[in-house]
Amino acid sequence: MNAIELEHVTLAVGGRDVLVDTSFAIRRGEFIGVLGPNGAGKTTLMRAILGLLPPRAGSLSVFGRAPRRGEPDIGYLPQVRTVVPNLRVRGFDFIASSVHGERFGLPLLSRADRAMIAKTLAAVGAGDLATRPLSDISGGERQRLLLAQALLGEPKLLLLDEPLISLDYRYQEAVIDLVRRFARERNATVLFSAHELNQLIGTLDRVLYLGNGHAALGTVAEVATAPVLSQLYGTDIQVVQADGHIFVHSRGRDVERADHAHDDGHGHHDHHHHA
Amino acid sequence: MRMMTVTGTTTITTMLEYEFMRNAFAAAGIAAVVSGLVGYFLVLRGQTFAGHALSHIGFAGATGAMLIGLAPLWGLVGFTVAAGVGIGLLGERISGRDVAIGVVLALALGLGLLFLHYYTAFATQATALLFGNVLAVDRSTIATLVGLGAVTLAGLAAIMRPLIFATLQPELAEAKGVRLRFIGMAFLAIVALAVSESAQIVGILLVFALMVGPPATAQQLVTGLWAGMLLAAIIALAEAWFGIAVAYYTDWPVSFCIASLSALAYFLTYLRFIR
Repeated sequence: MNAIELEHVTLAVGGRDVLVDTSFAIRRGEFIGVLGPNGAGKTTLMRAILGLLPPRAGSLSVFGRAPRRGEPDIGYLPQVRTVVPNLRVRGFDFIASSVHGERFGLPLLSRADRAMIAKTLAAVGAGDLATRPLSDISGGERQRLLLAQALLGEPKLLLLDEPLISLDYRYQEAVIDLVRRFARERNATVLFSAHELNQLIGTLDRVLYLGNGHAALGTVAEVATAPVLSQLYGTDIQVVQADGHIFVHSRGRDVERADHAHDDGHGHHDHHHHA
Repeated sequence: MRMMTVTGTTTITTMLEYEFMRNAFAAAGIAAVVSGLVGYFLVLRGQTFAGHALSHIGFAGATGAMLIGLAPLWGLVGFTVAAGVGIGLLGERISGRDVAIGVVLALALGLGLLFLHYYTAFATQATALLFGNVLAVDRSTIATLVGLGAVTLAGLAAIMRPLIFATLQPELAEAKGVRLRFIGMAFLAIVALAVSESAQIVGILLVFALMVGPPATAQQLVTGLWAGMLLAAIIALAEAWFGIAVAYYTDWPVSFCIASLSALAYFLTYLRFIR
């Protein structure tokens, strides 16, 4: 059975078509790397899967039915562009806010809820963040908290929107490894958006490239090719393979790295210190 | 030493022999606890400016009510709640929100002045509205404060869980089905009620002394949600009661004493953490 299916789907944001007449299917248990230039619709696609953005045309199904808001089987790590807010709230309460967070009433946690949160925090190596206020942690540490949160409640589908942003290289590897283990143990489906393909090559089953309103889903060998990427990026792209790595160039400029550098620039704001 | 204790106890007993003092302590206690609890979320959400605007809008409501022969409290409640809902309806992400609020705030104060202009009979009423007059509170006002406070806290308890979720992680809360706009609107209506309570004690211009000072102080000291809420209420209560006592012995205005204690507590904790 397919985890996600798109048939002739068009997604529009603010009157602009981000994805046009797109069809593909993602099987249950697949690890999909989602790539493409900024603004190609990675976040938009995830929002549609979450049921936050109804397709303008076509049909989109998640686990065989129309996406619905608040689907408990989806774990979501939103892409956070904003500066870490100067919140004087400890990491534990930050995570705990998402446990039944949509229900009305007082935010009371059962002992089982507390145990689950502690276990998940430990699993992503964020146990020490539980007692520290958000205002005192770095962007990378917040990213770890958000990952823990996405894994809470054993979701069957993980939508991870740029989980590697503002993490240092070593921890990026650890995050990929962690997500892979989690997904394998539970046969969970993963959509993992990133700026660089190479880090994910050893992990992903297939890659979904988005760009120019179109999508290409396939193995790295099928999709990471000059003709496919040139169409998606809307510019002349060369793909160079060396040593198991793939380099995507446009007129001598490394496309993916250029995007990434741009994000790093944003990421620094995340290391916002508390006065 | 022994003598001093006895003297101290005697003076407190003397102070409480006056009915207006007992009423003042009761009214200030109720308003302080409500303000501390609601203010905790106001500070957490970074919406203190909206709270400030609500109190000024309340001034127009209160003077308008007096002009047509109603109790100022109900004008205050009606106008602030309507304004709270209005600001909430504008949504969380309206750019230039501060500007819009600032313009409305100035308009409201101007309207209040216009109403006063036609209602010259009680100029002292205006001072009481602006700076509070807790020593003039009577039994029936206390009953009103209890009722209003109960409604405010019941409302806060009802939306607390989604409110925390929406405050800490708006993107995820939205994905999980929390109606951000509704929660934002309901919360500002609750803030409006708390502002109306607080204005009875310290006046419209000084509601921040009870609604922002104590929660901000509490957030410097503790980072747990429950601990923060509880401490905010306790600090507000302590500042209100201690402020009245200081006013009793010094003959300074009560609102000045409470505002000074609020500022003192905040800056002491701030200095402690600035290093």
